[in-house]
Amino acid sequence: MAVADLEQRLDPQGEPTGDPPSLDEDELLRIYRAMAATRRVDERCMKLQRQGRIGFYGASTGEEAAAVGSAAALDEEDWVFPALRQGGVMLYRGWSLEKWFHHLFGNEEAAEKGRSMPCHFSDRDVNQVSWSSCMATQLPHAVGMAYAADYQGDDTVAAAYLGDGATSEGDFHTAMNFAGVWDAPVVFICNNNHWAISVPSEKQTASETFAQKAEAYGFEGHRVDGNDVLAMYEATREAVEKARRGEGPTMIEAVTYRIRGHSTSDDPSRYRDEEEVEDWRRKDPLHRYQKYLVMQDVAAPDDFEAIHEEIEAEIEEALAAAEEGSPPDLESTVEDVYDEVPPHLADQMAALKNQLEE
Amino acid sequence: MPEMTLVDSVNDALHTAMDEDDRVVVMGEDVGVNGGVFRATEGLHDSYGEERVIDTPLAEAGIVGTALGMAMYGLRPVPEIQFMDFIYPGFDQIVNEIAKLRYRSGDQYEAPMVIRTPYGGGIRGGHYHSQSSEAYFTHTPGLKIVVPSTPQDTKGLLLSAIEDPDPVMFLEPKRVYRAVSDDVPEGHYTEPIGEARLAREGEDVTLIAYGAMHHVAMEAAERAADEGVSCEVVDLRTLVPFDRETLEESVTKTGRAVIVQEAPRTAGFAAELSAFLHEECILHMIAPVQRVTGLDTPFPYTLEEEYLPTPTRVLDAIDETLTY
Repeated sequence: MAVADLEQRLDPQGEPTGDPPSLDEDELLRIYRAMAATRRVDERCMKLQRQGRIGFYGASTGEEAAAVGSAAALDEEDWVFPALRQGGVMLYRGWSLEKWFHHLFGNEEAAEKGRSMPCHFSDRDVNQVSWSSCMATQLPHAVGMAYAADYQGDDTVAAAYLGDGATSEGDFHTAMNFAGVWDAPVVFICNNNHWAISVPSEKQTASETFAQKAEAYGFEGHRVDGNDVLAMYEATREAVEKARRGEGPTMIEAVTYRIRGHSTSDDPSRYRDEEEVEDWRRKDPLHRYQKYLVMQDVAAPDDFEAIHEEIEAEIEEALAAAEEGSPPDLESTVEDVYDEVPPHLADQMAALKNQLEE
Repeated sequence: MPEMTLVDSVNDALHTAMDEDDRVVVMGEDVGVNGGVFRATEGLHDSYGEERVIDTPLAEAGIVGTALGMAMYGLRPVPEIQFMDFIYPGFDQIVNEIAKLRYRSGDQYEAPMVIRTPYGGGIRGGHYHSQSSEAYFTHTPGLKIVVPSTPQDTKGLLLSAIEDPDPVMFLEPKRVYRAVSDDVPEGHYTEPIGEARLAREGEDVTLIAYGAMHHVAMEAAERAADEGVSCEVVDLRTLVPFDRETLEESVTKTGRAVIVQEAPRTAGFAAELSAFLHEECILHMIAPVQRVTGLDTPFPYTLEEEYLPTPTRVLDAIDETLTY
């Protein structure tokens, strides 16, 4: 079987290939800004973890285009079901850095009230439900949500993100199958970043591509250069429009690379060659997009510096606010297990408080 | 009031809920055109159409997982798992996703859904059509667990469960789907989740059971009465959160308790109830709590009647508490 062509809009030197993108200058810059913010926030957060100020972090370095390019194709009312490396989606969709850092610090002020470990971003304001840490479990939710939207006559689309490793899970196959049978308005976006912690993608599947798996479920799969933000935007836009027209799901395989370790708890030198990483560093999605923006006269090199400085200032401000945040109240531990705290939980909390006061 | 079997009361509750609220959708294997393998969803497909009564692909994780997505978006899905024995492919979705959504999202998202499933033995179903695996789920914070035993309670509790803002597992005692019937009010009414029902008043010993075992407890109480022993019978109805007040009051009065469950003994729900009673009522207790349970074995086929608790075994346990 022939491997499907890799869909591209920019060659690795940032030269446009094929049709120009259907985006105006403001949109092109907004995309750049979100990608650059993701890169810089990741760098800052890795340092925070090394300094012991946050417990965990999973960076998406090298995968910013896959996140931001796909996010740019969604409407505000669309829902997002992310995996670990989709921070850029929320940043593009206007989520504040202050909320971001409150979440990382586990503060009471966090949208999820400090209940989840870092990198499980969730906020109703941007229609994002966090992933749970268990692989692929968010995918059936996205399909059900999409079914419900369609049932209620809304033209809301679900964006369901996953990594290459998650395609081995039962929930992936179940979700793809249900989506196909139901013609659900959902777009599956699979970051094939070549590594699931230490396991390379060739040990994950015998399929030639991840995109071709969609065919078995009765819908289209596209293999897209995940380091080409415009290709990601266009492929997702077409899939979203198709879903909105009631023509069912699409899968997008974003071919990209995880430049850093799986998380701050991982040492990739144990299982992969630095040479491979260097090859991919040369395909950096941000550099490629910068070249394109300069070539198209959308931005001058100095403009990037100004954007970066703005972002750094925003990071410092948000970080300072989060460091002033408070830990959740002890009593909140038993809240939100149910809509109302049942008597047995109220008693357990009372007993715990007594013990802590002794 | 029309007389109904337990399975008919399930069906009546579903018709009532779907009639009242467009957000209610029923989904699962064979629930649509076929009306369910036990006919619990009979007629729904004709009345409400295939978009609301969904014959899903055959995948339990998909059924409950997509139902959660629907619930997040504002629907009130009522997924059916055809037999509780088949629920395990959906276990992760239930315990890690459905049960935890409200908590881990800081109350931003909720999962108002009811997972209906027939459970328990006594229908010659062997290992995989007889299990009573409620304890896996009672151990999971975030789920409410309801087990009715009579048609009237079944309808009222199912309507409560569908209106509940939290995920509810609704375990239907399939052994008595058609073996019990009583008068069931027409139209909408609810029975409260979290409240037990005092099914019989007595003085000497409290029998505590739920689902199909409630009927075993009632028969034992009847036979005990013939021998001059007065049994109080509590039909638990809700396992999580269970009605601590009613249990405490009853056992404080009688000083003796026998708990009946058909699930395997070790770490079964009866153990939790027993621990609770010893913690809360010890100074009023004349004898230790007795448990009458299934064996710590897979569910047997030919010898299922020997495996399942019987009134005779309950009477033996009553005797143990009286002669302690």
